[in-house]
Amino acid sequence: MTDIERLQYDVVVIGAGGAGLRAAIEARLQGKKTAIISKSLFGKAHTVMAEGGAAAAMGNANPNDNWQVHFRDTMRGGKFLNSWRMAELHAKEAPDRIWELEAWGALFDRTKEGKISQRNFGGHEYPRLAHVGDRTGLELIRTCQQKIVALQQDDHAEFGDYEARLKVFAETTITRLLKDEQGRICGAFGYIRETGKFVVFEAPAVVLATGGIGKSFKVTSNSWEYTGDGHALALLAGASLINMEFVQFHPTGMVWPPSVKGILVTESVRGDGGVLKNSEGKRFMFDYIPDVFKDKYATSEEEADGWYDDPDNNRRPPELLPRDEVARAINSEVKAGRGSPHGGVFLDIASRLKPEQIIKRLPSMHHQFKELADVDITAEPMEVGPTCHYVMGGVEVDPDTGAALVPGLFAAGEVSGGMHGSNRLGGNSLSDLLVFGRRAGLGAAEYASATTVSVPESEVEAAVAEALEPYQRDTGENPYAVHQELQQTMNDLVGIIRREDELEQAIEALGKLRDRVKNVAVAPSAGATVKEGQGPAYHPGWHLALDLRNMMIVSECVARAALERQESRGGHTRDDYPKMSADWRKINLVCSLRDGVVELKRQEMEPMRGDLLSLFELDELKKYLTEGELPAEEKN
Amino acid sequence: MGYKAKFRVWRGDAGEGELKDYTVEVNEGEVVLDVIHRLQATEAPDLAVRWNCKAGKCGSCSAEINGRPRLMCMTRMSTFAEDETVTVTPMRTFPVIRDLVTDVSYNYEKAREIPAFDGGDVKPGEFRMQQVDVERSQEFRKCIECFLCNNTCHVIRDHEENKEHFSGPRFLMRVAELEMHPADVRDRRQIAQEDFGLGYCNITKCCTEVCPEHIKITDNALIPMKERVVGRRYDPLVWLGSKIGVVKRGKGTPKA
Repeated sequence: MTDIERLQYDVVVIGAGGAGLRAAIEARLQGKKTAIISKSLFGKAHTVMAEGGAAAAMGNANPNDNWQVHFRDTMRGGKFLNSWRMAELHAKEAPDRIWELEAWGALFDRTKEGKISQRNFGGHEYPRLAHVGDRTGLELIRTCQQKIVALQQDDHAEFGDYEARLKVFAETTITRLLKDEQGRICGAFGYIRETGKFVVFEAPAVVLATGGIGKSFKVTSNSWEYTGDGHALALLAGASLINMEFVQFHPTGMVWPPSVKGILVTESVRGDGGVLKNSEGKRFMFDYIPDVFKDKYATSEEEADGWYDDPDNNRRPPELLPRDEVARAINSEVKAGRGSPHGGVFLDIASRLKPEQIIKRLPSMHHQFKELADVDITAEPMEVGPTCHYVMGGVEVDPDTGAALVPGLFAAGEVSGGMHGSNRLGGNSLSDLLVFGRRAGLGAAEYASATTVSVPESEVEAAVAEALEPYQRDTGENPYAVHQELQQTMNDLVGIIRREDELEQAIEALGKLRDRVKNVAVAPSAGATVKEGQGPAYHPGWHLALDLRNMMIVSECVARAALERQESRGGHTRDDYPKMSADWRKINLVCSLRDGVVELKRQEMEPMRGDLLSLFELDELKKYLTEGELPAEEKN
Repeated sequence: MGYKAKFRVWRGDAGEGELKDYTVEVNEGEVVLDVIHRLQATEAPDLAVRWNCKAGKCGSCSAEINGRPRLMCMTRMSTFAEDETVTVTPMRTFPVIRDLVTDVSYNYEKAREIPAFDGGDVKPGEFRMQQVDVERSQEFRKCIECFLCNNTCHVIRDHEENKEHFSGPRFLMRVAELEMHPADVRDRRQIAQEDFGLGYCNITKCCTEVCPEHIKITDNALIPMKERVVGRRYDPLVWLGSKIGVVKRGKGTPKA
């Protein structure tokens, strides 16, 4: 194995979206030699698709906003299953992370006073989302990308080499984390897409920032990269995942034409006044306000419409309930036969804003519908329905440092779990990436300073053999066909509404698919010669064959955890257990791998710190907590 | 609804390649990228293509469709007649890696030469800018880096030798973006002309025409940049002012 390239770094960041880039920036600012590994080209990660904004309680639009209000909103949105420490850090640090972007050149939309403008979003009490039209994710990733270039320019001035301390490995995929004899992380193994060559990164600290798992589902807003790589790599390295049963179905994805089904329609449409209507023209969301939110949402159209201009004297429109509530409501309307022609509902902004306002505030939506669906959203309503968008579950981490249970492993962003509890609020993802990306980068840099490692040869040999398997099999199934079946299974049986018998069916079906995944085969390209000990150059079939292992593992985690949790909460709705249970609230379901099989255990959550608990009224806490968890002094 | 379309797709690697014919199913509402994906899933699993979002937001799936530089995800099949052969080839300006995938590293190298944003002494959180002032640069920050503009620009499309001295519309626009950024304190006018080849641009607007984000690259970025460069170099009042010491001509920021 001497011909495999070995590269030494202090910190290796896997993933080049918002969390990965922010982690890498921090590790480099700490003076660490840092590698960024990107499955795509630099600057193309899924973060570019984030539309609405980044939630941060800067108080620019409403001075009453502060971290405590943001913390409360986040906990409510996650139905109190959140890691309260993460929610606290997030709410406190998000404003600094946004202002920092501005100092790196980001150009957010402005208020009249020249500050960063903030917009309304579901579940946020005040206008809170820093934004740039409806392309905020692009601004975030481009700013981080340009900050990385700026750091490289500094290194070029100092060392004569742009990549002396910070290098981006574009179109490179990691297939295994490597561990030493003491069970610590010692690096990562992967292949370079362009050449098919293998590469070993030797590093004491690895930050996972690989995003989500949406490509296990058929209807999704996620790109091809979202194959749960980080989730699976963590499990395979001995780390654990929590909350995998909680998958967010965004209420508004495109439903027509079929080829674009699932593509996201930003929540900003509703934040800026858009309303949801059924085939009878009724604003149905008023019928779906759950008990826990009853006193916070308007009960008439008049009150709801009044809120946009006078939020102090009117309650919020129910279209701006958290995403899980809206997605379930749409699902119910369609099931009851009140859907739109293509199986969604209507999202109307045309009758709510002037055409020029729509084009100004929602330019990408206007463009997207015009180009892809022949729909002019300034003149007619959109058809929308739920689409798999985000996984709340992920690697179990220390809230302060992002450290996973395996020494040397860190995680941030969507691949980490806990922050969002059972349901993420819109806008909390972009700020999550920045807050915890930075913290994980810092955690990894500190850990790397005190650790040296070497990579055992056996680890590399095993990784090479595994990566070459689908390529060396003479006969076997087409990976594309197996992938489509996996997506169909997850969509049909582990989707937005779940039932015991269907989940059991899913687990059985996944068991069969697992064997088929082990037997997929890809043939060499015609005329291509592939050297011994490396993979084929730019061969998408081979790439998919390797990604399938990861999608398989995370799908099993989702299905098993979904079967285990006998209640409905946030992104986990059980038809057979429709109520939220205070006893279940205290429980995290933890997934790990033993001999390649997913194991599940129940783990009690740490009770919320007293000062955070006291931010809530007792009456509200009673809706979520068990008797024994309520604050002692107020019990009598 | 569905029909069988005739596709010709360029297959090959850096060494050699050829156009290969395929007949492939097309359904209502599909875009060229859907058809390429169907080819992958059915008869050409090794067909190399870049894509990410499939919604015109990431700029990965750039190619030339019937000779026109376009995003495959934003090119609807309904724009072609059913009996029309759709030819898909890789971007011509960049070296082919395999099939529809090209080596776009030129773009990343050019990006690295442009001195980064410098906000001066303003502390994070203390920036105050008016919407009307940020909008000019915001237009350029809509860029999804599909590199179709650089692919189209005749300065480098058929002139490999110009690549060294010319950053292409994408990165000249980046210079304009920073120059028009209300909070930036650097001066990149001199290097725009001397290092990044602004003078090569003869405003034929081909870049603007192919931009999937409809950014007015020529009118709003390149021409105003040319004016600023001219202002710096040739304005007689500035020249006179600097001679008699009334106007201090700032030193341009060197390339990074």
